[in-house]
Amino acid sequence: MEWASQLCENRGLGSKMTDSKYFTTTKKGEIFELKAELNSDKKEKKKEAVKKVIASMTVGKDVSALFPDVVNCMQTDNLELKKLVYLYLMNYAKSQPDMAIMAVNTFVKDCEDPNPLIRALAVRTMGCIRVDKITEYLCEPLRKCLKDEDPYVRKTAAVCVAKLHDINAQLVEDQGFLDTLKDLISDSNPMVVANAVAALSEIAESHPNSNLLDLNPQTINKLLTALNECTEWGQIFILDCLANYTPRDDRESQSICERVTPRLSHANSAVVLSAVKVLMKFMEMLPKDLDYYGTLLKKLAPPLVTLLSAEPELQYVALRNINLIVQKRPEILKHEMKVFFVKYNDPIYVKLEKLDIMIRLASQANIAQVLAELKEYATEVDVDFVRKAVRAIGRCAIKVEQSAERCVSTLLDLIQTKVNYVVQEAIVVIKDIFRKYPNKYESVIATLCENLDSLDEPEARAAMIWIVGEYAERIDNADELLESFLEGFHDESTQVQLQLLTAIVKLFLKKPTETQELVQQVLSLATQDSDNPDLRDRGYIYWRLLSTDPVAAKEVVLAEKPLISEETDLIEPTLLEELICHIGTLASVYHKPPSAFVEGSRGVQHKRLPARAGSGESTESPDVGQSVSGVSDAPPAVIPSQGDLLGDLLNLDLAPPTTTVPPVPSSMQMGAMDLLGGGLDSLMGDEPETLGGDLGGSPAMGVGVGVGVGVGVGLGPAPVGMPAGLGAAPAVGGGLGDLFDLGGGVGMTSGSYSPPRVVWLQAMKAKGLEISGTFARRGGVIQMDVSLTNKAMSVMSDFAVQFNKNSFGMAPAGPLQVLTPLGPNQTVEVSLPLSSTGPVMKMEPLNNLQVAVKNNIDVFYFSCQYPISLLFVEDGKMDRQVFLATWKDIPSDNEAQFQIKDCHLSSDAASNKLQGSNIFTVAKRTVEAQDMLYQSIKLTNGIWVLAELRIQTGNPNYTLSVKCRAPEVSQYVSQCYELILKN
Amino acid sequence: MIGGLFIYNHKGEVLISRVYRDDIGRNAVDAFRVNVIHARQQVRSPVTNIARTSFFHVKRSNIWLAAVTKQNVNAAMVFEFLYKMCDVMAAYFGKISEENIKNNFVLIYELLDEILDFGYPQNSETGALKTFITQQGIKGQHQTKEEQSQITSQVTGQIGWRREGIKYRRNELFLDVLESVNLLMSPQGQVLSAHVSGRVVMKSYLSGMPECKFGMNDKIVIDKQGKGGASDDAGKSELGGSGKQSIAIDDCTFHQCVRLSKFDSERSISFIPPDGEYELMRYRTTKDIILPFRVIPLVREVGRTKLEVKVVIKSNFKPSLLAQKIEVRIPTPLNTSGVQVICMKGKAKYKASENAIVWKIKRMAGMKESQISAEIELLPTNDKKKWARPPISMNFEVPFAPSGLKVRYLKVFESKLNYSDHDVIKWVRYIGRSGIYETRC
Repeated sequence: MEWASQLCENRGLGSKMTDSKYFTTTKKGEIFELKAELNSDKKEKKKEAVKKVIASMTVGKDVSALFPDVVNCMQTDNLELKKLVYLYLMNYAKSQPDMAIMAVNTFVKDCEDPNPLIRALAVRTMGCIRVDKITEYLCEPLRKCLKDEDPYVRKTAAVCVAKLHDINAQLVEDQGFLDTLKDLISDSNPMVVANAVAALSEIAESHPNSNLLDLNPQTINKLLTALNECTEWGQIFILDCLANYTPRDDRESQSICERVTPRLSHANSAVVLSAVKVLMKFMEMLPKDLDYYGTLLKKLAPPLVTLLSAEPELQYVALRNINLIVQKRPEILKHEMKVFFVKYNDPIYVKLEKLDIMIRLASQANIAQVLAELKEYATEVDVDFVRKAVRAIGRCAIKVEQSAERCVSTLLDLIQTKVNYVVQEAIVVIKDIFRKYPNKYESVIATLCENLDSLDEPEARAAMIWIVGEYAERIDNADELLESFLEGFHDESTQVQLQLLTAIVKLFLKKPTETQELVQQVLSLATQDSDNPDLRDRGYIYWRLLSTDPVAAKEVVLAEKPLISEETDLIEPTLLEELICHIGTLASVYHKPPSAFVEGSRGVQHKRLPARAGSGESTESPDVGQSVSGVSDAPPAVIPSQGDLLGDLLNLDLAPPTTTVPPVPSSMQMGAMDLLGGGLDSLMGDEPETLGGDLGGSPAMGVGVGVGVGVGVGLGPAPVGMPAGLGAAPAVGGGLGDLFDLGGGVGMTSGSYSPPRVVWLQAMKAKGLEISGTFARRGGVIQMDVSLTNKAMSVMSDFAVQFNKNSFGMAPAGPLQVLTPLGPNQTVEVSLPLSSTGPVMKMEPLNNLQVAVKNNIDVFYFSCQYPISLLFVEDGKMDRQVFLATWKDIPSDNEAQFQIKDCHLSSDAASNKLQGSNIFTVAKRTVEAQDMLYQSIKLTNGIWVLAELRIQTGNPNYTLSVKCRAPEVSQYVSQCYELILKN
Repeated sequence: MIGGLFIYNHKGEVLISRVYRDDIGRNAVDAFRVNVIHARQQVRSPVTNIARTSFFHVKRSNIWLAAVTKQNVNAAMVFEFLYKMCDVMAAYFGKISEENIKNNFVLIYELLDEILDFGYPQNSETGALKTFITQQGIKGQHQTKEEQSQITSQVTGQIGWRREGIKYRRNELFLDVLESVNLLMSPQGQVLSAHVSGRVVMKSYLSGMPECKFGMNDKIVIDKQGKGGASDDAGKSELGGSGKQSIAIDDCTFHQCVRLSKFDSERSISFIPPDGEYELMRYRTTKDIILPFRVIPLVREVGRTKLEVKVVIKSNFKPSLLAQKIEVRIPTPLNTSGVQVICMKGKAKYKASENAIVWKIKRMAGMKESQISAEIELLPTNDKKKWARPPISMNFEVPFAPSGLKVRYLKVFESKLNYSDHDVIKWVRYIGRSGIYETRC
C-alpha cells in the first residue's frame, strides 16, 4: 500500500515501532513469507504475522490462502491473538467452508472456559461464522451459554440466537432457542433483557404473523423496569420494541407514557427520539380532554428543541422527524418558531430542513419574524437554499393572507437585486400569488416585465408568459412581449411552448382586433411545425374552438380558476401515520415507508397508529381486533386517483345504453357527435389539466376546464351550464334540509328516506325542457325519479341519459323510458333504476352527480346532489364484536363530531327511523340519563361507517360521532342523519 | 441494524473495515468512496442511499467514519454510536488521525468487536472498556476469577460506568459549569434569538460507590421549596455563591448515571458518578440571559469602491469581572483590495484569506466600551450579485454563567467507607463562552 509505506518512511528510524508497520506488507511473495511466519514457533512472531494478515485483509487484499495456517494459531492462551484469529475466521469462513470445520472444536472448548470473557468471545464469534455445515455443532455450546451463570455470556448468547436465525431459521426454531430467548426477557440483568428484546424484535420482523414478541402487560412491565436500569443502547432497543405494542385501553396507555417520559431527559438523542415515538403513538389512544394529554403535549416540546443543539448529523435526523411531528401535531411546536431560524454556519442540509419547518409553522402570529428571516436567507450563497427561501416567501403569502402584501413587496425587493436565479424563483411564486389573490397585486406586473430578458429557466419563462396572458388586457404591449417569445418558439421547452400557446389565445380573446395575426402564427407553429403531440393537440383544440364558437372559447379558455391550496408538500395521511410509527429510523429520515428501501421480507409490514379507545367498552382482548381487521379493511374506494373527466364527458355515448329507442338526431348534430366520439376524445384524453392553459393547479382545475370544453366543442351555441354544476351545487344541499322540515310527519317511521323533488334543470336554460326529480332507495334498488316537462312549443322525443363518473360509481342501470314523444306542456314521470358499479371518480361535493340528458333538440347538462343514505345497503348491520374492534382500529383522527339540533324523538324512535334508511343500531347503552346508540352503516362500495349517537333525555340536541376509514364521508352521513331524523 | 463500519482517510482509502452483516459486501466500501468521498462537492446529507444501501457518515478532521446498513435502522442511534465510537477511540489513543488509527488498528478491531455485536451497540463506556480491553492484550491470563466476574458484572450491570473498589487518599471533586451563549441580533440591536446551552462537567476522584446529589437554582425546585416553607436546603448553599435568584431551565438532559425517573418525579438529580471526568448534564435556557457583549455595527457604502465600517462593542457585566480572549470578526467583501483599521484597544488585522477583519482584545472589564473603524477599498467588479454581508461574529470567555445558573450543593454519601460529605474537597468554576454570537450588519 502506497500510503502505508510512505508513512513508514516519513516516520524514519527514530520513531517507535507501532502497528502501522503491518500495513506495509505488500511485496510480492509475501503470502509465502507470512505462511512461514505463521508457522513459526515463536509466539511473538506468530502474532506479528497475524497482524499483518489482518492489515492486508482490511485494505481488501485476498489472504484467504492462509486459512489453515491462521486457524492453527487459534489454540492459544493469548487473548489478543485469539481475537485476531477470530476476526480472520469471520471474514473467510464462508469462502472456505470445509476448513472452517477445523475451528469448531476450539469454539466448543472455549465455551467451557472458566473465564467468562473467553466464553462470550467464543459464542460471539461462532454466530458470525456463516457456514451451514457447522451451525449444527454450535447448538449445544449456544444452549449452554444462554443459561450461563455470567450475565456477560448470556447477553452475548442472546444476540447469537439472532445471528443463527439469520443463517438457519428452521434450526433455531427446532432447537427451541426462541423459547429460551423469550425467557431471557425475565432475566435479572437489564442488559440481557435488552439484548434479548433486540434479538426477538429482529426475528419477529421476518415472521410478521408469529406471536413471537408476545407483548402483554406483564412483559411490558418487565421491559419498563429494565428500561430504568440498562445502558443507553439497551434503552433504545426496549423503547423501539415498546412502540410496537398496542395498549388495551387509555389507562394502560397513560401509565406506559408516564413511565417513558423520564427518558426525554436522556443525553442520548436516540433514546429521546425513541421515547418520542412511543409517546406520539400511545398519545393517539388518550382522550383529548384528559388533563394528562395536555401535559404530555407540553412535555414533548423542550426535548425536541434540545435535539437541535446536538451535532449537525443528529440535528438533521431530528429535523426530518420534527417535520413529521409538526404535520401530525402542529400544536406541539407552534410557539417554537425561533429555534428553527437558520444559523449562518449550519450545514446546508440542516438549513434546508429548518426552512421547511419554518414554513409549516408560519402563522399570523409569527409571520413578521419569519419574513424578516426569509429575506435575510435570500441573500445567502447556496443557490438551492436561496431558491427555497424565495419560494418560502411565496408560500407564506399564500398561507397567511394578512402577510400577502408584505410578501409581495419583499419579493419585489428581491427582484431588484437582479440576481438571476432569485428573480426567476420570485416570478414563479408571484404567479401563484396572483392565482390565490386575483386582482390584487397586478400593479407589480410592470416590474416583472422589466425582467423578461433575464429569464432563462423554463419554469420562470412559463410563469412569466402565464402572467402576461392572464393579464393581457392590462399590459399595453402584451402582444409585443409574447411575440418576442414566439421568435424562438421551437427552441423553447414544451412547458413554455404550451404556455405561450395558451397565453396568445387568451390575448386574442381579450384583444381580438390587433392580435389575429399573432394567434394564426402560434396556431400554425403548434399544429404544423411541432412534433410534440400535446402541443399539437392543444393547438387543434384551440383552433377548432375559435373557429366554431368564439363565445364558447372564451368561456373555456378564460374560465375562472379554482383556488390553490394553502399547504403544500404535505405527506399523505396514511403514510404520515406509518412514518410516525417509525420515528427515529431511516424511514423517518427518507420520509418513505421501509418497504421502499429495504429488501426482502423485513420492514414490509405497514405500521399503524392505534385508535382512540372507545370509552368504557374497551376490555376487548386484542385478538378480536386482529381477527376482524380484515373485515374493516375494506379499501376506501371513495378516493380513486384523479380521473380523466374530460375524456369521459366527451366519450358520452349519448345513445341510451340499451337501444330500445334509437336516436334520430338531425344530420347537423349527428356530425358534431361523430366528431366528438371519434377523433377529439382521443385527442383530448392525454392531458386534460393542461388544456385550460394553467400552470400546476390543483386537480380540480382540470375538472372545471374539462367540462367547459365538453360543452363548448360538442354543442356549439349551447349555453354553458356546467359552471352551475360547480358553483351552485352546494346551495342545493343546503336547501334540502329546510325543505325537509315541512314534511316532518310522524307516521312515516319505516321506509327509506327520500328527499323532496327539486328542479334540476330549468326550462329557460334547456330550450324548454324542465327536469325535476328526487332519489329513493326501494327494496335495495336505487332509483332516480325524474319528471320531464316540455315547456317548449314543439314535441320532444328521443330522450337518453348519461352520468359523468362520480364518487360512488352511480350509473343508469337501464334506459330512460320515455316511450311516447312529449308534447308541449306535457309532463312525464320516469323512474330510472341506478346501479353503483359504474366508473368512479371523486367529486366535490362528494355526493355530486353530473348528468347529461339528451333529446331530439339538444344535449343538456345539469348537476344534482343525492343524499348519501341512498347508498346505505341492507346488510349493513355489523356484529357487536366486530364493531368494537373496528371502532378501535380506525384512527381517532378520522373521527368527526356533529350536533343535531332540535330533534325530539326518543332513542328508540330514532333508532327505528334510522333503521328504515339502513342505519342499524348495533348496541345501545344508557349512562346517566344519556342513551348511546352505536350504529353501523355499509355503503354500496363496501365502506363501513360507524357512528355513536348520544341522546340525552330532555335535550333536543343530539351528538353524533362518526368514524370511518374514509373520513370524507362523515359529513354527508351526518347530513343524512339530520334529514332522516327530522323527516 | 448496523451492517458494517468503515473508516477512511481523506483520500478515501480504507483504514478499518468491519462487516457485521451478510447483506453488506465488500463493494459497499467502494460505493461510499466513489459516491461520497470522491464526489468533490459539498455534502448535501449525512445519510446517503446508494443502491438500496444506506450510508451514515461523520467526519473527524479529515477522517471519515461510515456506518452501512440495508435495513430500516434507528438513524439517531447510528449517529449517536458513531460519535461514541469517536469518543472511545479518543479516550484510548487521543486525536483521531490517520496515523493514530493505523497505529492502533488491532485495538480498534478489538473495540469494534466488543461495542458492536451483530450491529447492535453494546456497553461503550470507556471506564468499563478499559478494564478488559487493554493495549497489552495479555491481562486475560492473569486475572483471577473474582476480577473476571467483576469485569463482566460491571460491563453488563446497572452501574456499567463505574467499577467497584476505587480508592483515593484524598476525596476530591471538581465541577465546571460551562456555558455557551448564543445570540443572533438584528442590525438595529433587536435580539432575534438568544439561548444558552450549558454543560455541567464533573471530575470526581471519590472512593467506593458514592451516592451524589446535585442541586442548582432551578426555578421549579426553588418555587416548590418556597411553598413548602423552610426546607433544610433552602438558603443554605455550600458551594458557589448565594442562590437567591432562580432560573428557568427550558430543558435538560443527563448522563446515563442520573436516575431519570427520580428527576421526573421529584426533580432531584441523584447519581453514582463515573470515575474521572464526564458530563453530568446539559441544559438550555432562553429567559433572562445576560448577554455579556453588545455589538453595534455601522456599515456605509461610499460609492462602488469603498466601504466604511464602524463597530462598537460594549461589555455588560460587573465591572469587577474580566472577559478574556475577545475576538470580533468583521467580514469583508470578496473584492476587497485593501483595508485600513484603527482601533482603540487590542489589535486588529485584515486577513485576506478569511475575508475578514479580525480584532482581538486580550482582556476587557465589565461596563466598558471599545471601538474599531475601518475603511475598506473595493475592486470594481461587474458581478451583479450583491455581497451577502455575513454577520459580525464574536468570541469571548467570561468568568460567570450567562444563564444565571448557580450550583447550590453537591452532596456525597458513601455509607460503606468512612468518609463523609464534609471530608470531600469540592471546587466549582463558572465559564461562559460565546457560542454563535452574531450581529447582522
